[in-house]
Amino acid sequence: MGMATESQFHVLAVDDSLIDRKLIEKLLKNSSYQVTTVDSGSKALEFLGLHENDPNTPSVSPNSHQEVEVNLIITDYCMPGMTGYDLLKKIKESSSLRNIPVVIMSSENVPSRITRCLEEGAEEFFLKPVQISDVNRLKPHMMKAKNKDQQQENQEKQEKQDEESEETEKSEPGSQQPQQQHQQQQQQQQQSNNNKRKAIEEGLSPDRTRPRYSGLTVV
Amino acid sequence: MDVGQLQRQFTDYTASLFREGFLDDQFTQLQKLQDENNPDFVFEVVSLFFDDSEKLVNNMAKALEQQTVEFKQVDAHVHQFKGSSSSVGAHRVKNVCVTFRNFCEQQNIEGCKRCLQQLRHEYSLLKSKLETLFRLEQQIIAAGGSIPMVE
Repeated sequence: MGMATESQFHVLAVDDSLIDRKLIEKLLKNSSYQVTTVDSGSKALEFLGLHENDPNTPSVSPNSHQEVEVNLIITDYCMPGMTGYDLLKKIKESSSLRNIPVVIMSSENVPSRITRCLEEGAEEFFLKPVQISDVNRLKPHMMKAKNKDQQQENQEKQEKQDEESEETEKSEPGSQQPQQQHQQQQQQQQQSNNNKRKAIEEGLSPDRTRPRYSGLTVV
Repeated sequence: MDVGQLQRQFTDYTASLFREGFLDDQFTQLQKLQDENNPDFVFEVVSLFFDDSEKLVNNMAKALEQQTVEFKQVDAHVHQFKGSSSSVGAHRVKNVCVTFRNFCEQQNIEGCKRCLQQLRHEYSLLKSKLETLFRLEQQIIAAGGSIPMVE
């Protein structure tokens, strides 16, 4: 299923309203995307293989690819339980999911809400009801993410080769760190960043609300 | 009646629904999404809307009957109704929802009750109008014609 025809992008649509799910599904299908719809943020995370209970350690290890590839997530903002914003944050905090573009939809035009979502890494903010012209804006985001993924894959391949040659050549001690270790360190850093953010949210250091997004910015 | 006459009737009737504000452009958007893969798309979405509406209106009525009215709860139902009505292009219903939400915010129980009455009225009016429209559609198809696109 994950290996559907190469040209077909797969979009995960999240909305608690059945009517809106039908609408967005039809809009996306008419643009010949493969579509999966779910009615809540937690079901979306489940579909993506990320479990809610332990937010710091994704149950999916960062190296294993998702079973079903998702090229974009489009989610309603206002949902009972986990909001679209909460879902966005969880995705951008996850090392395995953060490259998936996220688009937020909302029936209310609240500027602070829009800013908040864009700062957290959402690609677009659509006012509901979503129109065909909105859906036409999704493709570039998916293309960009796909290119980025491919670059990363190539890089990883290259790094693996480098590592192998390093092993045989015996590298100088202390010179270049093996890539894997480096990646692990980055991950640890990410986690401590997450913890920091939590502390800020709990109000322990209210003067430092700005750097909040720094760890999450997606280019 | 021949197909041409039915089609003209359909076009005029649809136009009147837009003119009188029952429907807005979102309904046209729905019609544009309908295709041979899904020839009943508009009907399906509108049926969902009517099922949903009945539930929501009942919930609002129940919430407004309580001794101490939880306006937040009433507002949550109205918010949902506003969303679904704007998604199908039910323009007048949506407008009543906007007023209704203001009364919720002001915690104005009389205003809320008036809006609920209005919602019921607008909703059943729209329902019978759309039923007429769908019946015309069926007659056109039964007579071997195609549904004219109304802009």
